[in-house]
Amino acid sequence: MIQTLVFYMFAIITIACGFMVITARNPVHSVLFLILAFFNAAGLFLLQGAEFISMILVIVYVGAVAVLFLFVVMMLDVNLNEMRRGFVKYLPIGLAVGAVLLVELFTIFTAWVVEPAVISVNAATATPAASEVHNTEALGNLIYTHYVYLFMGSGMVLLLAMVGAIVLTLRSRDGVKKQRIMDQIARPASEEVELVKVSSGGGI
Amino acid sequence: MADFLAGLINAVWWQDYAAPLLAIVIYCLLITVPILLSVAYLTLAERKVIGWMQYRKGPNVVGPFGLLQPLADGLKLFLKETIIPSGSNRALFVIAPALTFILALIAWAVIPFGEGMVLADINVGILYLFAISSLGVYGIVIAGWASNSKYAFLGALRSAAQMVSYEVSMGLVIVTVLIFTNSLNLSDIVRYQQENMWFVIPLLPMFVVFYISILAETNRAPFDLPEAEAELVSGYNVEYSSMTFALFFLGEYANMILMSGMATTLFLGGWLPPFDIAPLNMIPGPIWFALKTALMLFGFLWVRATFPRYRYDQLMRLGWKVFLPFTLLCVFLYAGIAVYGGFLAG
Repeated sequence: MIQTLVFYMFAIITIACGFMVITARNPVHSVLFLILAFFNAAGLFLLQGAEFISMILVIVYVGAVAVLFLFVVMMLDVNLNEMRRGFVKYLPIGLAVGAVLLVELFTIFTAWVVEPAVISVNAATATPAASEVHNTEALGNLIYTHYVYLFMGSGMVLLLAMVGAIVLTLRSRDGVKKQRIMDQIARPASEEVELVKVSSGGGI
Repeated sequence: MADFLAGLINAVWWQDYAAPLLAIVIYCLLITVPILLSVAYLTLAERKVIGWMQYRKGPNVVGPFGLLQPLADGLKLFLKETIIPSGSNRALFVIAPALTFILALIAWAVIPFGEGMVLADINVGILYLFAISSLGVYGIVIAGWASNSKYAFLGALRSAAQMVSYEVSMGLVIVTVLIFTNSLNLSDIVRYQQENMWFVIPLLPMFVVFYISILAETNRAPFDLPEAEAELVSGYNVEYSSMTFALFFLGEYANMILMSGMATTLFLGGWLPPFDIAPLNMIPGPIWFALKTALMLFGFLWVRATFPRYRYDQLMRLGWKVFLPFTLLCVFLYAGIAVYGGFLAG
């Protein structure tokens, strides 16, 4: 019973937060609601027994991605009236994109068939006890043995995206003074430091 | 009457819900109250230790040896007026310190103080700790933004960049530990060290990286740029006063203790005695845990009294250009050692 109650709590807060993300007037509030939605989604995963995915969701999305979001949004100087001006003009395009996404979701969910073997495994709903096989271990076995090439491939895609972002933003400028730590360390002390005995009241 | 009481105790709601709830509340208090006391006395220890290192006496007026100083400080902060700046975002301004404080406390749920002495013995304990510590940045960022002040905002931005940077190398250090233990459960990690040896010996370079990273993660000297007094007044908490400030302060120190506890669990064998011989292994586990954590904390204070503050670009360089490649290399190296040296558990 408690689990059902907790499920409804997480689910309702997730949906409410999702709604607030698109209706909040202040973009920073939007991002904060998005973070709360992530957090509650992690709670839902936990209820399903997917403890590893739940923690990774918090670490990666809440702990890293959303921090960068928040970082950028806080620095933006957003003019709300400016943003609201084109609302009617862009409404048809927005609705069209929304409709396409909705249709796609429907086709996916109606055509979705779950492997019978998986259903039997999925019977346990609560977090498994520490003595049972951890789903971290199960996921590790699956990813690194059966799906290792796909896993490597997705890693390569991310690496490419990172290299691309660096190439786009890197610019070499002339006349910039940079600290070269190795040069500093390599300087012999005898050239740079002089030990002087100063008689009291004498000065150098 | 007796029948009624017996019926009450045997009732389903009592056995299934109320009794476990009561037990959990008592466990929580058993963990939280000592932590809050340690936080209070850590502030005194900091002032005393730094005082001695600088040939001063430190606080010695309130009570014997200044032992009542934390109480006096707490009372002073409690009695001051809470000022909420008029240009601030009121709700977020109040939420931020509470968030910092709560996050510093809830992480303790998975820390094992002794064999079986842990509130929540979950499979993914170390990930939970890592997740909670990565959330700590929100309290600071929200505080900086909600204050509507230049200094607070700059401090918050610095802190966010710093915490995200050092989390990466911290994560990789944790991965090297996990390669050997084959478990994300903190009690299992300690038990592995009981059977083999403390990780601080074989993984010494990783321990050094981890220790420096937790200094940066808790915004301590020499990485205390978010509250660089000389340039940012006091960083993200400049607009805070009274209890809201006290919550930040408590949260920050509780985080220091937490991170020290994490280092103790991962590298110094948690609740284990240094040698499994007669006088040492008669001392209960929680005392060993507390002693090791205190040793780590002393390092925090020692570092603060010794080193000058880093420049911001040097801080970023250390995180991304030194620690990240180094830890990445070590992950591969230790994975190779674990596989070919036959150290894999299970």
